[in-house]
Amino acid sequence: MKTVNKSFPSVDGKGIMMGRVAFTDDYALQNSLIVKILRSPHPYAKIKNIDASKALALAGVECVLTHKDFPRIPFTRAGQGYPEPSPHDKFILDEFVRYIGDEVAVVAATSNDICEEALSLIDVEYEVMDPVLNFEEAIDSSHILHPEPEIHEMFPIGFEPLRNIAASYHMHIGDVELSLKESDVVIQQSFYTQAQQHTALEPHTVNAQMDYQDRLVLYSSTQTPFHVRRILSQTLGIPLSKIRVIKPRVGGGFGGKQALHGEMFVSYITYKTKKPSKIVFTRKEVFESSYTRHPMRLDIKLGADKDGTLKAIDCYVLSDTGAYGEHALTVFMVAGSKVLPLYNKVDSVRFHGHVVYTNHTPAGAFRGYGAIQGNYALESAVDMLCRKLHMDPIEFRQKNMMKENETSPIFAIMGEGTEGTAMNMESCKLDYCVKRGKELINWDSIYPHKNVSREKIRSVGMAIAMQGSGIPYIDMGSAIIKLNDDGFYNLLIGATDIGQGSDTILAQIAAEELMTSLDKVIVYSSDTDLTPFDTGAYASSTTFISGNAVLKAAKKMKGLLIEEASKVLKCNVTETDFDGFTFKNTVNDEIINLRDLSNRLTYNEDQKQLVADSSYVGHKSPPPFMAGFIEILIDRETGEIEIENYVSVVDCGTPLNPKLAQGQVEGGIVQGLGMALYENVIISSKGKNITSDFLNYKVPTRMEIKKLVTEFAESYESSGPFGAKSVGEIGIDTPPAALANAIENALGVRMTELPMTPEKIIRALKAKEKRQ
Amino acid sequence: MKISLIINGQLRFVEVEPGEYLLDTLRKINILSVRRGCDNTSCGVCTVLIEGKPVPSCSYLSVRADGKSVTTVEGISDEAEKISAYFGDEGAEQCGFCNPSLALTVYALKKELIHPTDEQVDQYLVSNLCRCTGYISQKKAIKNYLGDQS
Repeated sequence: MKTVNKSFPSVDGKGIMMGRVAFTDDYALQNSLIVKILRSPHPYAKIKNIDASKALALAGVECVLTHKDFPRIPFTRAGQGYPEPSPHDKFILDEFVRYIGDEVAVVAATSNDICEEALSLIDVEYEVMDPVLNFEEAIDSSHILHPEPEIHEMFPIGFEPLRNIAASYHMHIGDVELSLKESDVVIQQSFYTQAQQHTALEPHTVNAQMDYQDRLVLYSSTQTPFHVRRILSQTLGIPLSKIRVIKPRVGGGFGGKQALHGEMFVSYITYKTKKPSKIVFTRKEVFESSYTRHPMRLDIKLGADKDGTLKAIDCYVLSDTGAYGEHALTVFMVAGSKVLPLYNKVDSVRFHGHVVYTNHTPAGAFRGYGAIQGNYALESAVDMLCRKLHMDPIEFRQKNMMKENETSPIFAIMGEGTEGTAMNMESCKLDYCVKRGKELINWDSIYPHKNVSREKIRSVGMAIAMQGSGIPYIDMGSAIIKLNDDGFYNLLIGATDIGQGSDTILAQIAAEELMTSLDKVIVYSSDTDLTPFDTGAYASSTTFISGNAVLKAAKKMKGLLIEEASKVLKCNVTETDFDGFTFKNTVNDEIINLRDLSNRLTYNEDQKQLVADSSYVGHKSPPPFMAGFIEILIDRETGEIEIENYVSVVDCGTPLNPKLAQGQVEGGIVQGLGMALYENVIISSKGKNITSDFLNYKVPTRMEIKKLVTEFAESYESSGPFGAKSVGEIGIDTPPAALANAIENALGVRMTELPMTPEKIIRALKAKEKRQ
Repeated sequence: MKISLIINGQLRFVEVEPGEYLLDTLRKINILSVRRGCDNTSCGVCTVLIEGKPVPSCSYLSVRADGKSVTTVEGISDEAEKISAYFGDEGAEQCGFCNPSLALTVYALKKELIHPTDEQVDQYLVSNLCRCTGYISQKKAIKNYLGDQS
């Protein structure tokens, strides 16, 4: 392989670092109306009256929009395949507000200052209602978040809004109760995971303008431009053909930009006033009014035989979706479907639970998408079980975990809110990942811990994980390749580069198949007018789904080229050789190079534009696997933890661009460490987010991250492009469990609630001392 | 009011409001490499060099910059290109929203500290947050750039 499995710099890295126009707000017209949102100060209230007359009288105010301006069409902002597995339970603006930060009214004005002043001049009369702020008390609470009759599910997802249930689910294989009863050793534990915020450094940003064909052109910092176009049309009644969505460079997404946030407002305002408009969320708005990760309680029971054979997994999950049910069911299901198959030899499994509404900031998609929550619970519980069995946790995993060419019945049962797809693990090097990681972290010389000084202890912990590669039979990616004169290509893809480097790796796939160099493939992505359809950047789909589409299109282009060359060389296509630059008639050795052929096709003879297109829908979702190992130094007097090293050994099939793949893994690891140690969206007893800036919400800085060691297992997934599986999410899954296991290995206390702050560690130590 | 700024070596007269921040002033005159990531100097994305020193422009009043030299990444193109090559070698680019400001800060660091330790480098750059890379690839790239004496 000449171009793939090679670490090329990303195609856009240099231009972006040099400050070229790249991001959404760089494209906003200078005369754009500024759009700002008046947000609810109450966690739950009915808007009795809005008087915007004073705001409207202010010079420079273009319009003030309230719920009376929008048609009452329930929809979901989730940005998923259609019909969505999320309930249609949101209105663009509503007479109810359901969390502090929910939208009350929208102002467009000629400047930021006028906008701010106008917001302060809007008089709103609220009827304040009792909120639901404890997700464990949400079901059947007398305070119902969504009594409105118009809302509905698109297909059965266990939607019971009058009970505050956004979705529910139950699956079982075998008789879990019986298996647990028959097990020699059983453990039972509840785990709590918190709300985490994505904090992409580019805030949610959208701008709109009418073009000279009187069409709405939107620049949006989105992961899903085609979903954005569809949802705008469905909710605003603008014909799909009148909307163009352009996704320029996106400054990080991590799932937070899968959904629509400001798009509806600027679209409506520009379409109505014909004036350009823009919105840039403040950081406070990103924290309070976009999305968080779904907080969960996971009640888990494991049963095993004395010899260390895992027999049963029983898991009940209660998930908090906040005010709206975006990604409610699917995130919840991934907590099972991309975690439980890791231990595929059990007699029985049960996975069930509820996703509930609360008056919190809505939860939505976030890298890991439930798998990190499920992984924390299961991989913590496995270490607890090993402790009770007096068994080495690595040996236990090696005995019970998924191996190559094996399967799990869960794949067929659990899908994206629906039934799943059966598949065998044609590539699964988890065995190698565990073995290699154990060497790299120096496990045998540290496990379970080493005393370094009177206060400090060094310890190690580990966890294994899996994710997916797109959503089979739902996600579609597509590609168009166009030959230009001078013999270079345009690659047009719907796939959405949000910084992960997909433009680069997709161009590498095309270059590899066309046997050309990377600079001959000019990539353009995510413009609903110019590029073919793609569901977008989510569910670890781009490498596998969009990559397969690019590979198919490149194969087609190669066929077209050989066909044209064979006409010039006067031979059969089977007699025409092509090395990427030169065609040769193998009978008489006559040659023509690609450049001459392309010029001939463009200007001289047999003139035509060569274009090849293709699309791809997955028939399975081959999981990437990894083993994560952490080494920590912990202070038993203060509970403080220093991360000494994190080792990741990853099976993502062929890493198409090893350095970019490593970046995906390491970025995920550090976000996972953030969730494990520091990050916490804290909601006050009055329902207010009190961590709405970077001073109060701590993401890891470069001071905390000292060493990451990342390696890839040699692996080849035959269904993936050049053997590749996806790698965007897998990195985030292991840190919470690996860290919790390392803490127990050091101090003998089990941390069952994230984040694992020094205060909680000290509390756990004190409780342990009391027990003894 | 009108202020004068020496932006990337060029004297410019700019009309500003009394409470206007430098970030908004620069974006208004189409210097778009300077971007907003937060509102309280805690992310680093809006960094510019005032008289050669890194400053968060989101909280720096434009009037304070009157008569001063303001450098953005457009003013250090050659160095930024060099830094980007080291980032490219390590796969450290990712979304790049923070990269122009990081390049500027790294450039200032190289001028200010002679043979800094890894810890000093991290400390100097601590307020340049990155949510994409996990930092290690950036650290390698920066170290290689700092060692480049060309």
